[in-house]
Amino acid sequence: MAQLDTRSKLAILADAAKYDASCASSGTAKRNSVGGKGVGSTEGSGICHSYAPDGRCISLLKILLTNSCIFDCHYCINRKSSNVRRARFTVDEVVRLTLSFYKRNYIEGLFLSSGIIGSSDYTMEAMVRVAKTLRLDHDFRGYIHLKTIPDAAPELLDQAAMYADRLSINVELPTVEGLGKLAPDKDAGRIRLAMGGLKTGIAENKEARRKFRSAPKFAPAGQSTQMIVGADAADDSAVVASASSLYGKFGLRRVYYSAFSPIPDASAVLPLVQPPLMREHRLYQADWLMRFYGFNVGEVQDATDAGMLPLDIDPKTAWALKHRASFPVDVNKAPREMLLRVPGLGVKSVNAILRARRQRRLELADIGRLTRGIEKLRPFLIAADWRPVALAERADLRPRLVKAERSQLELFG
Amino acid sequence: MGAGVRQHDESLEEPLPTVTLAHRDDFDGWRIAARSLVANGTPPSAVTWTVAGEGGDLLGGDAAPVAGNPSFTVPKAFIDMARRVVCNVEPERFALLHAALAQLRTRPKLLDDQADPLVQRLYRLDKGVRRDVHKMRAFVRFREVEDEAGERFAAWFEPEHHIVRLNSGFFVRRFAQMRWSILTPLLCVHWDTAELSFTSGALRGDAPEGDPIEAVWKTYYSHIFNPARLKVNAMTKEMPKKYWKNLPEAALIPDLIAGAGERVQAMIDTVPRDVSEGRHPRERGDPESPGLDLTGAIPATESATLGPRLRGDDEIDALRTEAAACTRCPLYGPATQTVFGEGPPTARLMFVGEQPGDQEDLAGKPFIGPAGQVFDRALAAAGIDRTRAYVTNAVKHFKFEARGKRRIHSKPGTGEIEACKWWIDQERAAIKPAVTVALGATAARSLTGKTVTISRERGRAITLADGSELWITVHPSFLLRIEDRAAADLEYDRFVADLTAIRERVAALG
Repeated sequence: MAQLDTRSKLAILADAAKYDASCASSGTAKRNSVGGKGVGSTEGSGICHSYAPDGRCISLLKILLTNSCIFDCHYCINRKSSNVRRARFTVDEVVRLTLSFYKRNYIEGLFLSSGIIGSSDYTMEAMVRVAKTLRLDHDFRGYIHLKTIPDAAPELLDQAAMYADRLSINVELPTVEGLGKLAPDKDAGRIRLAMGGLKTGIAENKEARRKFRSAPKFAPAGQSTQMIVGADAADDSAVVASASSLYGKFGLRRVYYSAFSPIPDASAVLPLVQPPLMREHRLYQADWLMRFYGFNVGEVQDATDAGMLPLDIDPKTAWALKHRASFPVDVNKAPREMLLRVPGLGVKSVNAILRARRQRRLELADIGRLTRGIEKLRPFLIAADWRPVALAERADLRPRLVKAERSQLELFG
Repeated sequence: MGAGVRQHDESLEEPLPTVTLAHRDDFDGWRIAARSLVANGTPPSAVTWTVAGEGGDLLGGDAAPVAGNPSFTVPKAFIDMARRVVCNVEPERFALLHAALAQLRTRPKLLDDQADPLVQRLYRLDKGVRRDVHKMRAFVRFREVEDEAGERFAAWFEPEHHIVRLNSGFFVRRFAQMRWSILTPLLCVHWDTAELSFTSGALRGDAPEGDPIEAVWKTYYSHIFNPARLKVNAMTKEMPKKYWKNLPEAALIPDLIAGAGERVQAMIDTVPRDVSEGRHPRERGDPESPGLDLTGAIPATESATLGPRLRGDDEIDALRTEAAACTRCPLYGPATQTVFGEGPPTARLMFVGEQPGDQEDLAGKPFIGPAGQVFDRALAAAGIDRTRAYVTNAVKHFKFEARGKRRIHSKPGTGEIEACKWWIDQERAAIKPAVTVALGATAARSLTGKTVTISRERGRAITLADGSELWITVHPSFLLRIEDRAAADLEYDRFVADLTAIRERVAALG
């Protein structure tokens, strides 16, 4: 094969990396380059340096070290039976690309993944070397996310955690059966074992740092995972159940949902039809309900119709419509947990209501100023000057709410 | 700080004070002046705020510093917010902050009431500044310039608000070991690895023209983009067009959007090529092809040369295996098994019924019970060979009510139809029929996504999203339920007529 220059390799290895949804650069330890020898800072919230026309944020240089792979996962563009062009970066090339992009303020850091070449350990070792070179040779203090290989030796995973902010292992599919069919070389058990190992490592490190402030950091931005939605038959109930158990078992920071999208040279086993991106969006909303709104997995499943979240209204509205007896909620009296259940009230709005109502009784116009609009809220709220008598009883509430939702939907069209 | 209060017009009984601040984001100047104004009880509406060098600067520099020792405390949150609000381009910012400061003396929790119109106004101004600060951190693009001391970086940026000073610390912390400048129309900031300095505004032409790395960055941008999920509005919401002119990668956006549809189609088209090559002998001008070939099946001799199996078969088999474990809706519980579609993967005609019945549920095959027998008879009368068509159901599990030992068919609900639509979509994508026939209202609902009146829709083609045709007719079980013999015969004839028209249409589509 002819030698490819770095830019041609970048084209191939960025193409190969785009099916990973995560580009987060947030939630790691704060640090900066003052007093150091290189560049880089992390200050809590991530920064999206650009957006592609697919609406996704570009925060990190997201590439594969190589797209050659000995595995044959059906959904993956890089599987060994695929006809895509192959390329492989050297460690030095990745380091130079990362630094030259970072110095021009294009990126927050690096998200490095890889196809598996040689062995799991061999591949993981090369990835760790990239992170180590950036940190030790160049004193790089930006963000590093490494996608780890479940079968790699635990010592290598420990090293990865020393240099990276975040580690991730993809569960790939919501169910073990789906994984068995679509990723025959991957082992759900190994993936879960590796996640468990990381969780333990992160917890032990936290403990160590409580006692010795000088203890080295271990994946300070935690671990995350991704599952592909719509490539197998798992319904939304199964997806949220799987996500909930991952959050619970492994203390994940995030579960990413990636609507299966057609890939070049796809395997015949895959559906040719792309699931609606709206489904992915509804799953993220459901995920938020579980993480920030106090919904348990059963309650989210309760919002589904026969296992699928409705596409025309958000899951919180769907839940509220099935529990009309719990509404309307009095904004001047209701506890936080109940306010969080009101469709259209976000966490920020709820906090603002709680603060403001300590000062005075709130009227509907006040709520309008504290939220993004009262149209959707009206049927569910009682304010000092408002009681939704007729509206709350209406049988055609759902179509009215669908209409209110549509104004937001243009984003996801 | 050059803040000073001056008695504006000595001739008035109530003197109107004017405060002149040193520069547009002079927070310290505002703070000192506002504190004494509040301490003196000057009503905020009486004060005029100006910035030196702006608005004609009538007052010159002889304003005396304010006397007095105002001692009252305000919440830190207010100071933090005021520091940002001062950077907003809103001309009333100083007066609004002054008004809030005055109220804070009597209402220390004022900021908690975000529904208060003044507080809300300040929060909005604050939000505008925060957003601008964030976007500057995101969208500044440095270009490398060489000078005698080595590498140096410079950027041109156009902020909306007066945030350059406020935001400079971020760039220092991030690029402490780099020498850099950020040029903007009103204020420029420079860092030499030890000290920050500010100079007055610059022009775009003062910034470097380009950087060879930008071509590499553009390569990355165009390849990390996934054309299969175009969401232009989501992009422009976070990266509004006003920023595009200073982002090298933004020049690629129009072409990426324009080419997206084509790239996705290319991915889909290349997938089952081996299937479609085997599927349409007519398209290859195969003279052996019979006049009406519903399946397009390749002659046995030719199929042997193509390998043992077609990929379409694999695909349907894989789907069938997966569907066997389907739990997308609760119907899988009481039913015996999933009844998946049946027929050659190369079929050009696909029939979709409602759901399996009692016999189908036990046998695992579609359309074999009483309705299946009517269906077979009508197909034969219309000249359609069932073995060359693909036959399936909108819902793949038997839904019934148990009455004693009998299982009485019950109609599937919208949720069940929706849940099962996934499988129909997969089957249709694998088979790619030229014509799909919906037998009855449930199938029509599944394929069109809405409730249809069969009498109004039957006998003509409806174009589906993928460009293929949908025909709607009655379900054979409807014929079984008509008690009047003559009426039943009439309806049977109409059903056969529909099927005949469909057969002719498939032949015409070639």
